[in-house]
Amino acid sequence: MSGGRPGLARRLAGPQNRNLWFWVFVGPFVLGLFVFTYVPLGWSVYLSFFDAHNTVSPTEFVGLDNYTAMLRNDAFTDSLWTFAVFTAFIVPTTFVLSLSLALMVNRLRRAQAFFRSVFFLPAACSYVVAALIWKMSIFNGVRFGLANTVLGWFGADQTAWLSTTDPPWYWLVIVTVRLWLQAGFYMVLFLAGLQRISPTLYEAAAVDGARPGWQVLRHITLPQLRATSVAVALLLVINAFQAFDEFYNLLSDARGYPPYARPPLVYLYYTALGQGQNLGLGSAGAVLLALIIAVVTVGQARWFGLGRSDEKGA
Amino acid sequence: MHDAWVRVGRALRLALLIALALLFLVPFYLLVRNGLAAEEDITSPDWTFFPSTLHFSNVTELFRDSTVPMARSLLNSALIAVLTTLGTLLLASLAGYGLARIPYRYANHVFYAILATLMVPAAVTFVPSFVLVSSLGWVSTLRGLIVPTLFSAFACFVFRQYFLGFPRELEDAARVDGLGYWRTYWRVVVPNTRPVFAAVGTIVFIGAWNSFLWPLVIGQDREAWTVQVALASFTTSQVIRLHELFVAAAVSILPLLVVFLFFQRWIVAGVERSGIDD
Repeated sequence: MSGGRPGLARRLAGPQNRNLWFWVFVGPFVLGLFVFTYVPLGWSVYLSFFDAHNTVSPTEFVGLDNYTAMLRNDAFTDSLWTFAVFTAFIVPTTFVLSLSLALMVNRLRRAQAFFRSVFFLPAACSYVVAALIWKMSIFNGVRFGLANTVLGWFGADQTAWLSTTDPPWYWLVIVTVRLWLQAGFYMVLFLAGLQRISPTLYEAAAVDGARPGWQVLRHITLPQLRATSVAVALLLVINAFQAFDEFYNLLSDARGYPPYARPPLVYLYYTALGQGQNLGLGSAGAVLLALIIAVVTVGQARWFGLGRSDEKGA
Repeated sequence: MHDAWVRVGRALRLALLIALALLFLVPFYLLVRNGLAAEEDITSPDWTFFPSTLHFSNVTELFRDSTVPMARSLLNSALIAVLTTLGTLLLASLAGYGLARIPYRYANHVFYAILATLMVPAAVTFVPSFVLVSSLGWVSTLRGLIVPTLFSAFACFVFRQYFLGFPRELEDAARVDGLGYWRTYWRVVVPNTRPVFAAVGTIVFIGAWNSFLWPLVIGQDREAWTVQVALASFTTSQVIRLHELFVAAAVSILPLLVVFLFFQRWIVAGVERSGIDD
């Protein structure tokens, strides 16, 4: 634009080398993300059209065979069903518990930091450790265990929590682990949202004669918490999709993994890296799972109208 | 009359909170109780709140047991958690700053490409990532355990939002003094935004220490086990020495509890300022 022909290098570097500096700052991160997220995704899609047993290099092109095999595979579709049931349990219960904790802690005048810490503390625990406490101490079935001991005081029979499938008591074990570990984290998100609600709104409501309690909660607090609630619901669903650690640690033992309560990731883990090492089939399952997650997440975001107010708070 | 109801309501709420708080602390209590008890006290059908005797020697027994790579796995976990935290802070903060502050025509496109990876739960890519890492020959190496986890879109997002809210005046003053982007970043921005580094660092450290699926997939040799994988191998093995298992679990969360209690308020502050609920 100015006189003379700026060389290609100069043009790429931009005014005051800004483009260059942008890539100095952002480049390493983007490169890593490309190599370790985009490339694996692409490779996975590629691999899913091939036969690849015990090897990471594809041997024979099989088209959509891996996909049809996966979709016809009862173990895989059952795992999707397990996941759906798990989500149906965990998302509403965590949501309600963490919101209730936040509402109660927020109204405390003293010891707020203490209660916040206590409920948040499990977030420092790993699923491996939590699963150990649940499996070996609280819900241990026959010989010992806190749950059976306490229930025994009331004359209840002993329950083999993790191996009872009818009724499916193992869900109680799986859901309570996650509730304990995660509720505090989401409580903190809700607390942050609650503390941003202007006190004048509550004063106005009081002037208008709204009774404290349910009316104020329904007409002031919950609508003001909408943005936080949407974020929490999205995070809960995404995290439920990642469920692996507690299922693996609670249910598998030296004899293997029981056929029930296998979420998709556990199933894929055994397919791709277990005995068969069937990476082609595993990749097809991973791609299917990624597609389902994308559809659900985008659908949920659209439903809640997320993205419209993007950048607003920035 | 009305006042009385309010007071009753407050008392009920406090009672409920105390009950819930105790319930939340029970698992921690069990961890310590079983870790310091004799095996018979854990498996006894007549469960008691306090074990009959306390065995502090369980800790030394754990580290002397040659069948359990406890010291090695703790060292691996510590190395992985520290290096992952430092690497993530460096890479994500630089990227977040560039995205927030350096004008570039395609900056938003780059940002959306980064955000999109948040939609792909990391766990779904474990099959292809394993394929990639094993073809690089990185299975059972620290590189394989650390490098692929360094690029956290979440951390980058938090840094970008935070830097966008950072007052421009300070940077402008630095520019007037003739500092470029690089020196402005290191001399002005980083020293003035330490809380967000502490918040993201703590979250990343806890995540790295606790992560399980990736170390399970990549750390195939015993030498490369993290403490989580070592614990899990305990719980799924046939012969279990329960008191040892519990004391190992207690030891494994000790470093985290220290970090956690020390940095807790930064985590809360980080969440409040991350824009995650805006």
